[in-house]
Amino acid sequence: MKILNIILAAFRALRRNKMRSFLTMLGIIIGVAAVITMLAIGQGAEYSVKQQIASLGTNVLIIFPGSQQQSGIRVGAGSMTTLTEDDAQAISTDCPAVAYVSPGTFAGGQVIAGNLNWATQIQGVGVDYIQIRDWIVQYGSFFSDQDIKGATKVCVLGKTVADNLFPDSDPVGQNIRIRNVPFKVIGVLTRKGQNAMGQDQDDVILAPYTTVQNRLSHFPYIRQILVSATSSKSIETAQKQITELLRMRHKIARFEGDDFTIRNQSDLANAATATSQILTILLASIASVSLLVGGIGIMNIMLVSVTERTREIGIRMSVGARGRDILTQFLIEALVLSLLGGIIGILFGVAGSKLISSFAEWPTFITAFSILLSFGFSILVGLFFGFYPARKAALLNPIDALRYE
Amino acid sequence: METNNSSHLSGDVSSSKVNSVLSGETKNVNGKLIEIEKLFRTYLLGEVEVHALRGVSIEVSKGEFVAIMGASGSGKSTFMNILGCLDKPTKGNYKLDNIDVGNLSRDELALIRNKKIGFVFQGFNLLSRTTAMENVELPLFYSTVSNKERKEKSIEALKKVGLEERIYHYPNQLSGGQQQRVAIARALVNDPSIVLADEPTGNLDSRTSVEVMEIFQKLNEQGITIILVTHEPDIAAFAKRHVVFKDGRIKSDKINSNTKNASEVIKTIPSIDEEDEE
Repeated sequence: MKILNIILAAFRALRRNKMRSFLTMLGIIIGVAAVITMLAIGQGAEYSVKQQIASLGTNVLIIFPGSQQQSGIRVGAGSMTTLTEDDAQAISTDCPAVAYVSPGTFAGGQVIAGNLNWATQIQGVGVDYIQIRDWIVQYGSFFSDQDIKGATKVCVLGKTVADNLFPDSDPVGQNIRIRNVPFKVIGVLTRKGQNAMGQDQDDVILAPYTTVQNRLSHFPYIRQILVSATSSKSIETAQKQITELLRMRHKIARFEGDDFTIRNQSDLANAATATSQILTILLASIASVSLLVGGIGIMNIMLVSVTERTREIGIRMSVGARGRDILTQFLIEALVLSLLGGIIGILFGVAGSKLISSFAEWPTFITAFSILLSFGFSILVGLFFGFYPARKAALLNPIDALRYE
Repeated sequence: METNNSSHLSGDVSSSKVNSVLSGETKNVNGKLIEIEKLFRTYLLGEVEVHALRGVSIEVSKGEFVAIMGASGSGKSTFMNILGCLDKPTKGNYKLDNIDVGNLSRDELALIRNKKIGFVFQGFNLLSRTTAMENVELPLFYSTVSNKERKEKSIEALKKVGLEERIYHYPNQLSGGQQQRVAIARALVNDPSIVLADEPTGNLDSRTSVEVMEIFQKLNEQGITIILVTHEPDIAAFAKRHVVFKDGRIKSDKINSNTKNASEVIKTIPSIDEEDEE
């Protein structure tokens, strides 16, 4: 077949100019490698954002008592006193999609340690609270079931509180006074930083909820129940199971509304994921600019090549090459350059991503999609930018081409 | 493949002729290879009309060895371009091997060049950084010949010009004379009806020139029609017929009764630096 001959002619022409062929490919190589690496970094970023959100507790559900309603006036969520410790206990035993449960209440107050004082929030929680929040006690220990039962006056400090009350000394084992009630510090939590709303999550003191109820808030009910689902995928199942259980326990008739509210943080997770996806697209579009520049490089070199090889084109025409044979040859040359550049670029991109993830300790992900995308794009670039020079070559007049010096 | 090439332009009278000729049904009864009648070629250089050819008529039979002579500007190059189907006449008839070439499209002309014409140029016009073999193969790239046949034909053509020892040499490893012989092999590889040589000895020294002319004479003895453009009377002396152009017209057209034999002449030239060719 004649087309095979023309392909062979194209390969021979590329081989004759190894250096130029390589330099032309370099643009595509860099472009494709950049696209692949950027996509890998972007997807790595997406992954670590998801991880961080998971660590903030995307599988956490918060159950509030419903709003009180008196003569049509609704007071607001949490004002009712319908949640009990037994509800918390029942959720933990009867809902298979639930991993940890912690009743919760809170009180605000001035905290005094020695000659320093600090205003903060005191969270009354259960023993599973740190599991739910994926938190770790840095020094000392967390309180036990025994402390809950006995409403012991012990507490665990958030990092901010510990830094402010005990700037120079070890807080564990020391006594502090919360609203004049003496508490013993048994542990300090690791730093968790700001939450999605910008609040300092470390500006907190954790204490057994029974102690907070009895000694600080004097509010004998539970203000909320914190629940963690077994995984972020089972949130909806957990939510359903809890709703059914509580409706049954609270004897709510079918046509009546819930006397509690369940909130989750999946909206936050979705927003954060969307943000990191935008980041990926942004990185990829910046990288594709370099692919475009690589394509223009191909056009540039092919145009120079057509001028430089005008005589060759004339010779080919004089021995019987038609315009379209010349067009095909130059198009194949451009295509081979961009294809080969694409393949080498993919190899470099994969290697580059691996290097980045091992040196910068940044997770990178190479997907089949990103490889196909950059490969397909480089073929398109070759065809698109190869066409104009190829057409220019094909339209040359053989007499002028032969005389060209 | 060639039938496809021309038959897609059906309706054109000439393309049916391309067909029949290329498929071997030539009805060339009178033995005339080239029949040219009142050929005109006019260029437009800006606003000025340049009349390069003003009514040229000539016939060339098979097996002739014609030298076309004339001063520069006499129209001989324009004539060669039209003869070689690189250019089209403004007016007049040109039949090559009974095909009316004057009315063919660009693609059809390319096909004629591929099948019927072998070119030899003054500047050799070989592809650089390409072996002798690959240069000779070039015309076969644009016709339907199998890989095996292409190689065989190329080697055969290189043998005809005595270069079978140098098929893998690059042009820069060959002397001027050898390069021109590669070019002649390339012109021969497709078994053309005519070989057109445009000042083939213009870049060669006198001994090498005679060597090249020796090859042309041998090819002519084998029945190949050769048309040669030259302004050197010494070179034209090896041809059998002299056509002289002047101002776009044929000034004289006569048989060269005193044709020199290149093989004889070559013995009279001392081969001082033959080894330098290597």
